[in-house]
Amino acid sequence: MSRMNLLQAVNNALDTAMASDDRVLCFGEDVGVFGGVFRATSHLQEKYGRERCFNTPLVEQGIVGFANGLAAQGSVPVAEIQFADYIFPAFDQLVNETAKFRYRSGSLFDVGGLTVRAPYGGGIAGGHYHSQSPEAYFAHTPGLTVVVPRNPHQAKGLLLASIRSPDPVLFFEPKRLYRASVGEVPDDDYELPLRQAEVVQEGSDITLLAWGAQMEVIEQAADMAGKEGVSCELIDLRTIVPWDVETVVESVLKTGRLIVSHEAPLTGGFAAEVAATIQNRCFLYLESPIERVTGLDTPFPLTLEKEYMPGPLKVLDAIHRTMDF
Amino acid sequence: MKTTRSTAKPVHKPVFANGDDIQIPVFTLLKPDGTAYAGAGKPTLDEATARRVYRAMLYTRVLDERMMAAQRQGRLSFYMQCTGEEAAVVGSTAALDDADMIMAQYREQGALAYRGFTTDEFMNQLFGNERDTAHGRQMPIHYGSRDLHYLTISSPLATQIPQATGYAYGQKLAGQGHCTLAIFGEGAASEGDFHAALNMASVHKVPVIFLCRNNGYAISTPVTEQFAGDGVAARAFGYRMQSIRVDGNDILAVFEATREARRLAVEHNEPVLIEAMTYRLAAHSSSDDPSGYRSKKEEEAWHKKDPLRRMQRWLIDRGWWTEDEERELTESLRREVLDGMKQAEKRRPPALATLISDVYAETPPLLREQLETLKAHIVRHPEAYPRSAPWLDDSTEKEGQA
Repeated sequence: MSRMNLLQAVNNALDTAMASDDRVLCFGEDVGVFGGVFRATSHLQEKYGRERCFNTPLVEQGIVGFANGLAAQGSVPVAEIQFADYIFPAFDQLVNETAKFRYRSGSLFDVGGLTVRAPYGGGIAGGHYHSQSPEAYFAHTPGLTVVVPRNPHQAKGLLLASIRSPDPVLFFEPKRLYRASVGEVPDDDYELPLRQAEVVQEGSDITLLAWGAQMEVIEQAADMAGKEGVSCELIDLRTIVPWDVETVVESVLKTGRLIVSHEAPLTGGFAAEVAATIQNRCFLYLESPIERVTGLDTPFPLTLEKEYMPGPLKVLDAIHRTMDF
Repeated sequence: MKTTRSTAKPVHKPVFANGDDIQIPVFTLLKPDGTAYAGAGKPTLDEATARRVYRAMLYTRVLDERMMAAQRQGRLSFYMQCTGEEAAVVGSTAALDDADMIMAQYREQGALAYRGFTTDEFMNQLFGNERDTAHGRQMPIHYGSRDLHYLTISSPLATQIPQATGYAYGQKLAGQGHCTLAIFGEGAASEGDFHAALNMASVHKVPVIFLCRNNGYAISTPVTEQFAGDGVAARAFGYRMQSIRVDGNDILAVFEATREARRLAVEHNEPVLIEAMTYRLAAHSSSDDPSGYRSKKEEEAWHKKDPLRRMQRWLIDRGWWTEDEERELTESLRREVLDGMKQAEKRRPPALATLISDVYAETPPLLREQLETLKAHIVRHPEAYPRSAPWLDDSTEKEGQA
């Protein structure tokens, strides 16, 4: 075990992956000698050489197109998009190519080896273009797997599982937690399961569901609610798609109440998908309407970021509304 | 830290450049009448390869004529012809090793024909039946073959070009001496993916060949409305890439240019751009009518430069081919295509379970539930689903396929 922050855990996972499989390559803008603008790829070029860890020209559609080709060839590319906000030039490659490679060829070809990493989310005074949470765009594309870790231990295990998954994975890293989240991380090679949500705290009155950096927020809200005598069950969805319906259903059948929270805007956010499915599966067990606590339907703001963000007090208010319904 | 590759000399007046001082010639060896230009030298295309090339070109012509007719008869939903561009496609393929990767656009069935894709394989894809390896998921002409190193076609234009750069980077690391050929039209070369791919290939020194079929039109848009520069070949200079323009209807020139490009790619990790000057003799697709945007006169002028006729004359002159052989082969290919079509159109549609397989390596439970819901619905309304309802209880409709 070592104490690491989330960034070090990502770096450690990449190091582990590259050491255990020569086919693993890491590349992206400033990823080489500099080790990435956040330092997620520090020292990888030094250790594994310029052929396996390198800078690319500044062209996201090229990075992902290149990565798709490499994966089809049998390499295991881990491409970095510097900020999730800049992934959109690669949207066509991801949505029309990555996601459909296996299906359209009847498994003659696939890009299962591909992982695309990108820092996402707010809380760093990043304004419109260094703050967004684009998971819902990709969740609407069959063939993609979208994974978001909540802490260093999860980041290493989920990233290793993503790199080795037979399906292409979009791995969104909560950049607010890169240095803020610190914890014990096993030094060994280990994987955590994809497509499985995790109940991180059991409770009986209400289920709070989130992922990534938002887990910390619902934990704070649960602590406050706990002091008022409300017992919260906390679930980290971890894999956004394909998502673990059963774990959420089981929890809501027990608690009868659900709040889903994410930083992305309300309309068309992934909370809507969860709410629709859960009301269908748990209709007669629900004690109150399913609540969503999310960002506003605006571009991500700057000065009034705190007002925009679905912070712990907003979640606590939603807990009150739900409990008092 | 230098910010340019060359040593930029200081000047004391504003000097602009637009590249007009660079003239890119057209490499050509065969005249339109099939005789060699003086100074063309001894061709490197040997008899066995030449016959294999010509057979593939003829096959492609026969296949295209027959399938276009089938589309017009309502037997096929859609079709795209390679007609007029067979030399550019087959000639470049023949200059590769058969294990080199090809990432084509959609009009390059000649490459597959050269590598031995069977009539049955063509037909099963075209008709999207139960033997189509992609289970009828894509429109006709979206072929693919892992055995023949031909990436499954994807409709979005130019997406395969940066993929070719990445694939070739992997080939370079693998060190087995293979390269990738990306084929695309001059319209696709306007896409951002084209520029991304060329830049990355040059920066990372990747064994990839970019073959642009400059056939004059992107559907109805002529090249004069596609770009202002000197064709596509000149763009390579911006990336310091080797570039050549070739007569795309001249089989010998295409073969020779690609052979040399492959040598540069594989032996020196130098990517190459080839611009093959050709003409789309047929419509863009079965849904297009070129009479709205180009003249008969223009088409006729290009018919005179037909790459098949040009190669045929060259072959006959060398004693490598006869008109009798041509007649017999054409006849037998027509029969083969017709028979293949009749069999393929009678085959069953793909099993319903293939609707949800291959989305992921392992189908998620939510998707399996969706299939079960769909099956129950079809059972209630079999008359509305004639393609799948008759086979629902059949033993070939295996759960395992999901």
